[in-house]
Amino acid sequence: MTAVLEIAGLQKTYRSRKGVRKALDGFDMTVEAGQVHGFLGPNGSGKTTTLRTLLGLIRPNGGRMAILGREVPESLPEVAGLVGAIVESPQFFGNFTAHDTLSLLADAGGVRKERVVAVLELVGLRDRSKDRVKTYSLGMKQRLAVASALLKEPKLLILDEPANGLDPGGIREMRSLMRNLAESGMTVVLSSHILGEIQLICDSVTIISAGRRVAAGSVSDVLASHTSSTVRVSLEPGVDMRTAIELLRANGAQVTAEHDHFTVGNAGNPAQITRILAEREIYVSELTPVSADLESVFLELTGTAPVEGQNRQVDQTAAASPAPASGGWGQ
Amino acid sequence: MSLYSAETRRLTKRRFTKLFLLGVTLILAAVAVGMFFTNQKLGPDQIASAQAQAQQDYERSLEQFGRDLADCRAAQGTDRADRWPPNCEGMVEPTREDFQAQWYMPATFDFRETFPSMVTTLAALLALVAFIVGASFVGAEWSSGGMMNLLLWRPQRLRVLGTKLAALLVFFTALTVVFSAVWTGLFHLIAQARGSTAGMTSGAWQSIALMELRGLVLVIVAGAVGFGLASLGRHTAMALGVTIGALIVFQFGLGTVLELAGVKFAEAYLIPIWMIAWMDKEVKIEDSNSCDFSSAAGGCQPDALTLTWPMAGAILAGVFVLVVVASMWTMRSRDVT
Repeated sequence: MTAVLEIAGLQKTYRSRKGVRKALDGFDMTVEAGQVHGFLGPNGSGKTTTLRTLLGLIRPNGGRMAILGREVPESLPEVAGLVGAIVESPQFFGNFTAHDTLSLLADAGGVRKERVVAVLELVGLRDRSKDRVKTYSLGMKQRLAVASALLKEPKLLILDEPANGLDPGGIREMRSLMRNLAESGMTVVLSSHILGEIQLICDSVTIISAGRRVAAGSVSDVLASHTSSTVRVSLEPGVDMRTAIELLRANGAQVTAEHDHFTVGNAGNPAQITRILAEREIYVSELTPVSADLESVFLELTGTAPVEGQNRQVDQTAAASPAPASGGWGQ
Repeated sequence: MSLYSAETRRLTKRRFTKLFLLGVTLILAAVAVGMFFTNQKLGPDQIASAQAQAQQDYERSLEQFGRDLADCRAAQGTDRADRWPPNCEGMVEPTREDFQAQWYMPATFDFRETFPSMVTTLAALLALVAFIVGASFVGAEWSSGGMMNLLLWRPQRLRVLGTKLAALLVFFTALTVVFSAVWTGLFHLIAQARGSTAGMTSGAWQSIALMELRGLVLVIVAGAVGFGLASLGRHTAMALGVTIGALIVFQFGLGTVLELAGVKFAEAYLIPIWMIAWMDKEVKIEDSNSCDFSSAAGGCQPDALTLTWPMAGAILAGVFVLVVVASMWTMRSRDVT
């Protein structure tokens, strides 16, 4: 597969009277053609700075970027016609109608007028296209933003939080739109905080934290490399769960009791659980590995999981990729 | 070209532009209507009426003088004498020349004499509109995020800003040319109906055309400065704020300070006098605190400074270049966040 988007060693530093802040600290990212690629990171991690830099709105202090094989920002004017993008919240001049807004963009970009009606239909704004944008809800503005990005039939579509403000139906429509676009050969880069959505529709992801890449690859690879060694254990009905838990804890297991089951957090070798319990004639009715989801991987990699009794500040994130969970009790 | 036509369309579609153009059209129409109704053509009837009025006032004044002189003479040697000049000397008898018929004529619109001030009115109003619309045109784009959207489509910052400015200036050039033509035609008709078009030689027409050309330059510079300031501050309010600040600091603050300090030709540091110099070709300011007794005319002749249109033009060009270059430079170098 060919890379549609390549970023290597991207750096952006902001200098102010308060000091120097590295928004991007050698960030790398690669997106292959035809993929829906999730771009994840906590607030202030550098996602939007990356997208703005890529699209020529911000000048980087170092690094290399290429879109469709052309170096940017040098070749941005040539490739801009092949890139549709929305960055951050949708922003439009409120007194123009949606149709006028898109029509003016089409004029500025030399796009066929028929595309305006086509994309308005595609994002579900056909019947409201003659209303002023300032009368739109956030979700409708979001749809308009997506329409503006799709107007020039891009090969690469970059969407920053496209589901922001959408109702559940809208989110589902957006998901199916992304998939359809990817199937038609378009590459989609999707920045979102709705990790369940990303897991559902993305082929690959890049996770950024404190201006650096902390994970990248296909969704399944990223999940696999951070699979937890936690297992869920249920016992036969009527068996005293407390005895079993104390027995396992005495053998070094990290056990968390739940209502009708318990979990063992460091079960590197789950067979050890059955052996220890069976020796005391306690028999297991369920022993299931707890699979990691994107949210838990994200929280682990970025160090943004909430900690009881602490108020995490925006810049309190993990910069370096921690070692994936491996080994553990029982091995 | 597509970007240029899109920007022209964006400018003319804006409600702000439409409202301001409607407003300035109504104001100009009110001025024209006012001039029409407050002037009238001078014919034999008006001349005869003015002569009769002058004669009547002259006779009334003469009668009053006779009565006053008689009272004065009667008062001599009494305690009322101090109410009159000593020996009634110095009481001047009114003459016929003190009551000239021309002073009793109704207002009439002399095209050659009065139209230049109408050209200045038009230029000042259009310059104000160009400044505000220019500032809003780019300021609203910056503050609404439209500029960022546009840059995503055309990632050529200087070209985008330059095209926007070109669209604005071409629009106001066309508008000023059309308004000037209509304004000239309208007042020529008013002069024909309510005044006179006498003395309009080809030289006089040329002078008016050149004045309208200077008005056009004023409109263009005002539009570009409003646009440039709003682009520098990335908000319409920046241009308006700078203008209000400049007015307060320069017109009131600096004017007062210079006056108090007794600075010679203090007016020369204020903006309006340069605008007048530009439109009227020259303006003479005098220093009332100084006297030159060497003049052939004799007596106190105050020192004078003549501000000419080339001097005012150089200032306009300087401001234009400074603001436009600064806005282009910041557009090129500043991040769009």
